[in-house]
Amino acid sequence: MNLKDKLIQAFQETESTLSFQKERKDSMRRLEEFGFPTVKDEEWKYTNLLPIIKNEYALSASESLISKNLLDEYILTETETNVIAFVNGQFSQELSNIDTEKITLCPLSLAEKTHSTVVQNYWGKALPEHPDSLVALNTALSKEGVFVHVPKNTVAERPIQIVYFTTNISSDLFLQTRNLVVVEENAQVQITERHQNIDQKEVFTNSVTEIFAQDNSLIDFYKIQNDKRNCSLIDNTWVKQGKNCTCTVDTFSFGGKFIRNNLSFLLEGQYSESNMRGITLIGVNQLVDHHTLVDHAVANCQSNEMYKGIFDDNAKGVFNGKVMVRPDSQKTNAFQSNNNLLLTDSASIDTKPQLEIYADDVACSHGCTVGQLDDDALFYLRSRGIPFKEAQAMLMYAFANDVLSNVKIPELKQKLNRIIAEKLGVQIDIEV
Amino acid sequence: MLKINNLKASIEGNKILTGINLDVKPGEVHAIMGPNGSGKSTLSSVIAGREEYEVEDGTIDFDGESIMDLSPEERAHKGIFLSFQYPIEIPGVSVSNFLKTSLNESRKAQGLEPMPAGDLLKMMREKMELLEIKKGFLSRSLNQGFSGGEKKRNEIFQMAMLEPKLAILDETDSGLDIDALRIVANGVNKLKSKDNATVLITHYQRLLDYIVPDFVHVLYNGRIVKSGTKDLAHELEEKGYDWIIKEAEQL
Repeated sequence: MNLKDKLIQAFQETESTLSFQKERKDSMRRLEEFGFPTVKDEEWKYTNLLPIIKNEYALSASESLISKNLLDEYILTETETNVIAFVNGQFSQELSNIDTEKITLCPLSLAEKTHSTVVQNYWGKALPEHPDSLVALNTALSKEGVFVHVPKNTVAERPIQIVYFTTNISSDLFLQTRNLVVVEENAQVQITERHQNIDQKEVFTNSVTEIFAQDNSLIDFYKIQNDKRNCSLIDNTWVKQGKNCTCTVDTFSFGGKFIRNNLSFLLEGQYSESNMRGITLIGVNQLVDHHTLVDHAVANCQSNEMYKGIFDDNAKGVFNGKVMVRPDSQKTNAFQSNNNLLLTDSASIDTKPQLEIYADDVACSHGCTVGQLDDDALFYLRSRGIPFKEAQAMLMYAFANDVLSNVKIPELKQKLNRIIAEKLGVQIDIEV
Repeated sequence: MLKINNLKASIEGNKILTGINLDVKPGEVHAIMGPNGSGKSTLSSVIAGREEYEVEDGTIDFDGESIMDLSPEERAHKGIFLSFQYPIEIPGVSVSNFLKTSLNESRKAQGLEPMPAGDLLKMMREKMELLEIKKGFLSRSLNQGFSGGEKKRNEIFQMAMLEPKLAILDETDSGLDIDALRIVANGVNKLKSKDNATVLITHYQRLLDYIVPDFVHVLYNGRIVKSGTKDLAHELEEKGYDWIIKEAEQL
């Protein structure tokens, strides 16, 4: 049975037990009608999903556990944080460490009972009316994920760490994870998220995160994508912003074989700011695709976009940055940059800025570059006694630094530095 | 210390150096002068090991051994230092981290342990004082947003830290105002000893008022066409390069 039919069958079997039945049913119909995207779809022109979906997957796995020591390898341990962890798609009380009175952090399945009004009001509301098949699939079948609720006038003092583990699975696994983040007026929160497979079996995750940033709120969301090389991830993030708020989503892509990030911001309130940044550092047989969308639906907002990619061996990168400025969205500032280093002749990047501007009093810019490491700079470093490999690494750090320097959690910045050094195979500490 | 014999080099098929002979002994200061395009910067790059240049003929020996097959970093580890005419900006790498990496890589190549952090900091402070460099300098990104003077001062600061046997200073005076020139020259003079040598590459005589050379060579069309003492530099300042070019072309 092909994956689509298997998913339809699974839906029919569980349909009656799920919440939001109408929405789920409608969504499933979209998948039935449109199927998975192919390279004939403009949005998937350079990223072929076929090899991923033709694999055989189980759609759920039995409960399992990992050790606390193993958990610590994948999370920040020196910073006081709240940790919410899942294993094989199920919430793990043992691994989670949630100590919070002012905010709510819990599995989404629990929040449907304890915070039913909030969930009813927001679940699915950041998504477009006609979502693509993958978002629709998640809406139809997702059962679990993270619920974050930061009430009015509350600053979440500790960052939240979200970790999805998979381990001891009997066959390759296809997961639908779903996060709902509601940050009310004058509230602030920092969140990190990662998906981590421990098993030799393949894991394919199709994740949807909805983020609601209400007036005057401040949100920093960090995605650490450093999964095992047998993993695929489609990460759909939809942000809806009110007035005078700032939301940042930074994405660090190092691991996995296939990553597609769909990141969308809808600016609905004036004087708000959307930031999206990313570092991609990948090598043999890896693909990372960033699709971003910023919809300036009202005037006086700002969006800043900065993606840096380093592609070694036969790595493949895709960047598509769409900025929409609606007719009345005057005084919009929208900046976009995508800079890429190709370290070999077989590495590739397809990059496409896409600006649709219907207002006349705006400042919008975009720029993309594709290049190699600068020979003059390499020679400069080597002439100071720094070996070739280390010199290359230094220049790559320098290249990625604009993005790293914006990370606000010091321990996370250190951890990212270490991952980068490890990926580059050097032992140098370069952090400024 | 440095012995160059009949060196011929080209880049992308263009012959730049057409037969250089140069002998630099410990304790000496040599100045290499010449009009634009005569091959001065190429010579310094080839000595430092830049791989884009193809050496077609000749030899370069350093301390009695050929360095022709050595990489730029290996030449640096042997004690060759090149101060760049246009130092490269490297955002995100601080001056102190860069120096630490640079110094410890050289130590590693010599079989030494990394320098303890305290000693390193002390050494940096001493050398900064020598070059009248302000305190906040170490944490700035390497050369990023530096003025022309700061970049050159940073080059000499690196030289002071690495303590090379042979320092090649490529157009170190260009872009410097008179105060910066004095500070840089003073630094170079203080670092001179009987065991190390300096090669100054310069278009103008001005620098040579501050760092007095033992020998002056004039490079033209990829060859040294005239050598002399510091008086030759003065003569060039007065009469320009034309008379030497004429003399060379008659040969």
